[in-house]
Parts: sequence; C-alpha cells; structure tokens
Amino acid sequence: MGLRDPTPEGRFGDFGGRYIPETLVPACEELEEAFREAWADQGFRQRLDGLLADYAGRPSPMTECENLSTELGCRLLLKREDLNHTGSHKINNVLGQALLAQRMGKTRLVAETGAGQHGVATATAAALLGMECCVYMGEVDIVRQELNVFRMKLLGAEVKTAMSGSRTLKDAINEAMRDWVATVEGSHYCLGSVMGPHPYPWMVRRFHEILGSEAREQSEAILGVAPDVVTACVGGGSNAIGIFSGFVDADTELVGVEPAGGAAVGRGIPGVVHGSQSYLMQDEFGQVLEAESISAGLDYPGVGPEHSHLAATGRARYESVTDAEVVEAFQLLSRTEGIIPALEPAHALAWVSRDRASLEGRSVVLNLSGRGDKDVAQMMDILNGEILDGEECS
Amino acid sequence: MAGAVEIALRGRCDAGGKALVPYVTGGLGDDWTDTVRAVADAGADAVEIGIPFSDPVMDGPTIQAANDRALASGATPMSILDQVDGLDAGVPLVVMTYYNIAFRAGLERFAAALVDAGVSGCILPDLPLEETGPWVAAADEAGIETILLAAPTASDERLSRVCARSRGFVYGVGLLGVTGVRAELATGASVIATRLKQLTDLPVLVGVGVGTPGQAVEASAAGDGVVVGSAVVQGMLDGAGPTGVGDLVAQFRAAMDAA
Ligand SMILES: Cc1ncc(COP(=O)(O)O)c(C=O)c1O
Repeated sequence: MGLRDPTPEGRFGDFGGRYIPETLVPACEELEEAFREAWADQGFRQRLDGLLADYAGRPSPMTECENLSTELGCRLLLKREDLNHTGSHKINNVLGQALLAQRMGKTRLVAETGAGQHGVATATAAALLGMECCVYMGEVDIVRQELNVFRMKLLGAEVKTAMSGSRTLKDAINEAMRDWVATVEGSHYCLGSVMGPHPYPWMVRRFHEILGSEAREQSEAILGVAPDVVTACVGGGSNAIGIFSGFVDADTELVGVEPAGGAAVGRGIPGVVHGSQSYLMQDEFGQVLEAESISAGLDYPGVGPEHSHLAATGRARYESVTDAEVVEAFQLLSRTEGIIPALEPAHALAWVSRDRASLEGRSVVLNLSGRGDKDVAQMMDILNGEILDGEECS
Repeated sequence: MAGAVEIALRGRCDAGGKALVPYVTGGLGDDWTDTVRAVADAGADAVEIGIPFSDPVMDGPTIQAANDRALASGATPMSILDQVDGLDAGVPLVVMTYYNIAFRAGLERFAAALVDAGVSGCILPDLPLEETGPWVAAADEAGIETILLAAPTASDERLSRVCARSRGFVYGVGLLGVTGVRAELATGASVIATRLKQLTDLPVLVGVGVGTPGQAVEASAAGDGVVVGSAVVQGMLDGAGPTGVGDLVAQFRAAMDAA
C-alpha cells in the first residue's frame, strides 16, 4: 500500500482542496476526469512508460556511496534522478502531463519554473509532442539560472519574465495562473510540483511514484531490507513525495529537508495560496512571505498539501538546513563521489551530513533529484577564492 | 432577507437605472477614504474596497501595482478596516480580498471585523463554490453578504448553483482573464449577463474588463450594472485624488443614466 488518494474534494486530511477563481474550476474538473480515465487506460500507461524508458532513460540507477558512507558513518544510497534526460526528476511528471494535455486536445503548455528544471522539462516535452510552450520565470531566477533560460529557448519555448513580488518561483506561479485564466480553453497548465488545486497534488504525485517504487526495489536488492531512512529535499515537494510513496508502508523513517529560508512545514502555520490549503510562510495578517534560499528550486514559501498532512500525522518529519550547510554538502558529494549534485538535493545531503551522529550505522536512501550543471556558474561565484585560487602547479 | 447591498442595487434597478459599483484599493495613499466618499457622492450604488493581498492571482498589472504600493506603505487588513469604520460613505460597502486574509484572521473573527467596520458584503475571488462552506457559515451568521463570481467557463447548471449561493448580487466575470482595462469590451460581457439573468432574480453585475463609460453602458445593457475596478484604481495611482476619481465615476454614472 502506497500513499492514499485524497478525498473527492482533493483533501489530504485538512490540507489540499481547490482554491481558485471560478473561471478555472471547470478546467480542473475536466483535468481530473481526463487524468482518471487516462490512468486507467492501458494504452496511455504504455505510451507513458515507453517514453519514460526510451526517451527519459528510466529506470534511473541507485548508487551506493562507498567513500562518503565511510566519511559519514552511515550507509548512503543515492537514487539517481540526476541521470534522467533533462537532468532531474521533473521529466516524470512533465511527460505524463504533456501526454494528458495532448489527449485532452490542448495545443499549448503553460508552466512556471524556479531553477529552470521544470521549465526545461516542459519545453522538452512540448518539442517532442509538437506543442506550443510558454514558461514563466522570476526575474531573479532568470539571472541565477541563465543556462536553463537559454536551454528553454533552444527547445523552442517562450520564456516570460515574472516581475512582480519577490520575482522568484512564487511570482512565476502567479503569472502562470493569470495566463491560464485567460487561455484556459486551449492551454494546459503544466504545474511542476505536488501543489496547486486538486487534482494537481495528487496527479503529480502519481506521475512521480515510479521513482519511489524503483527505489524500493533497488534499495531492498542492495540492503536486503527496506532502508532505515529515506530523505529528499522539499520545495513544493514532488521529488520527496515520489520517493516517500515507495516507502510509506515500510518501517522507514521519512525525512523531508527544507531550506531554512523557505521552511513552510518547519514554521507550521496553515494558509491558502496557489490553489490549496497547506503550511505557508506568512505574516500575522496572511500576507505570504518571500522565501530566501540559495537554491532557486526551493525558493518557495509554501509546500504541497500532502506533505503538510504527512507532517501533521507524523508519518514524515521535516528538517531545515542553511545555505552555508548546502554549499558544504554540494562540495562534499562532488569531492568524495565524483557526483556534482543540484543545489536542491544538496539540501538533503546537508541534513545527512549535519545529523550524521544520529544516523550512525543506519542505511539512508537519498533522492538525488537533479544534477548540478545548472548550478556550477552560481557556485563558481560563491566559491571563488576558495577553490579557484588553489595551488599552482610547479 | 435581503441585505444592504442587495437593497441598494435593487433600488437603483427598480427605479429604471443601472447599478454602478466602483472598486477602490484600501490603504492606497493617505486620502483613499476621501476617494471612497467622493466615489459614493458621484453616484456609486455601493463601493468595493480592496484589501491588498501579496499574491492576487485574479488581478492584472494595475491592481497588482496598487496592492504593492498599499502594502509597502504599511497597510494591513486591520488598519484598512479601522479606517473604514466611521467612513460614513452613505452607500453600502463591500470588501474584496483573497481567502488567506480571512483564513489567517479566523473566519468568524474576520466576519465580525467586517461587521464592526460597517461593511455589508464580501468578495473572495479565489474561493469557488465548492470551498465556500466554512466562510459562508461565518458570513451568514454575522450578516455579511457573500457575493460570488460567476465565470463564463461554467455550465448553466453550475451558474445556477453559484447564483443560488450568492448574496447581494451575482458578479458575472466579463471575460476570460484577470482584471484590467482593455481597449474594447469583450463579447463575453453581454453573454454572461444574459445567461445569468435567465438563472437568477438577484441583481447581475458584470465586472473584469469594464474600463470606460461606453463599455459600462454596453456591459450593463443585458444585466443590471457593472463593477469598475482597474480604471478607478489607475486614477488613484496616477494621483487624480478624490476629486479626480470622483469626476471619473461621475462620467460613468452620467453615461449609464443617459443610456
Ligand atoms: C533538482 C531539483 N530538485 C528539487 C526541486 C524542487 O521541487 P520539488 O520539491 O517539487 O521536488 C527542483 C525544482 O526546481 C529541482 O530542480
């Protein structure tokens, strides 16, 4: 048994729901119905599985980190979503939604993106399926993820700058929703995480469950049993819910890791924004706060509703790490294992590294949700002087 | 039992006129309460007061800019309601904000705060019919009229359920899109008004995309009147002041009366 379906109203316990303008309600109802039909249709599932295997490269491997395990004192396994086509777990969801949109007769995909990984994945799927694609990205993120902006354009997508508010992921979502309110008849909103109005949190989770079931099988093959701990970074929470889904019924501790500057679960105040009720960083009057994180993909003040439910029921727990700890972890994995991680999953590693004492002798599966190519320019600026000025050859 | 908003709008319609409800961003500038009074004096039948929210997904650039400016100057829901209290505009007042503002305050507490400030109605554009339950329970109990939005994408079956749950009036969304002034009135404006008039006895007002006196005349032909938001707020942003914004609303009133 994996994670449960939400109620017909899209609730996971108290969380979730469908808080959107009336204009979008019929579109969400239509999407829910289309998804239920498609998910039950063998033809659709085969087409999706085929693309996941032959186009995206699934299953992604699981790597046991011998060097780092020795250094940390636990047994660390990585689920290698960084090796997927387009460089992160995001492709699992996007291929599902793009096929679904096409089946619904939609010709245009609208998406938001933070780090650009979801935008790149959406632009990729649009190119593959011959659809139009428009990606909203905050001005701040456009600067720090320049390479992904270029990638999206190369793939034929239009990239629109979100200039409002904090000019990061939250504002890109606002702009994408405004676009969708105006274009709902021909466009599908390809949301990039397990958030938004019902059915998105549930549908996006289902599209990512494949990584969880693979990870369960792979880790048991290596360990002989389910791991003691499964951990993943949490922005909206799609890579985390994907891997958690494979282990909820096991005697495994589930640990989500938020950035300290975007710890929605950590602060524990429920709110409503972007279509669902969930934990939300906000002030005493209900104004949403701006998150602050080194990682564009986790720079979000909210979290998917199912995570709030898992936290409230105690099935998962949520830790937070600082930017400085993340910078350390980013280098640690690069140096010890020859794997440059994206800054997002470096959060999960930062927690493992910090809490190594409590993890001593235990097995840990960490979802390495993406590769670090997109982050090397940013890290070069941050680390300049520490690494680059190294010794000269004699 | 009809509330103050419904009574005021019916009064206008029964006298053969069309209802005009302008929207003013709360907390925008030091003289925004004077603007509310000026707008009422210029012939508004009710005034919508926007409580700014950080993430207004139903709003276009004009109201977003107004929100940002009001928030940056320190406006809060409670400071705005404090100023509304004793404003004495002479017409019913309706608050428009997003659900999280009410949710965070606590629904009963927020409804009570509206009543205490002398507000009669409330519009929450990100609260669709299925999610209204807890809020309308609190609002009904407090005597606040909850005005629901009716969208062009909805079936007649859904529209009639929206109408049945709406109080004060039914807010027909005039186009597919967010708030903002457009060069021309969308054809959707008369279509939604016509559809709604067949489904409800409540006053039917069309809003979103009604930005000029001419558009207001056109949009109220099939229904009972209009909500005018971005055009009024743009005047506030441009520094027209209470007098200038009042003059603008008077032009809407005159055009609608002459039609
Ligand atoms: C590699 C990677 N991991 C994680 C995330 C965060 O998203 P989520 O929390 O939905 O997995 C992103 C988002 O851009 C990402 O690029």
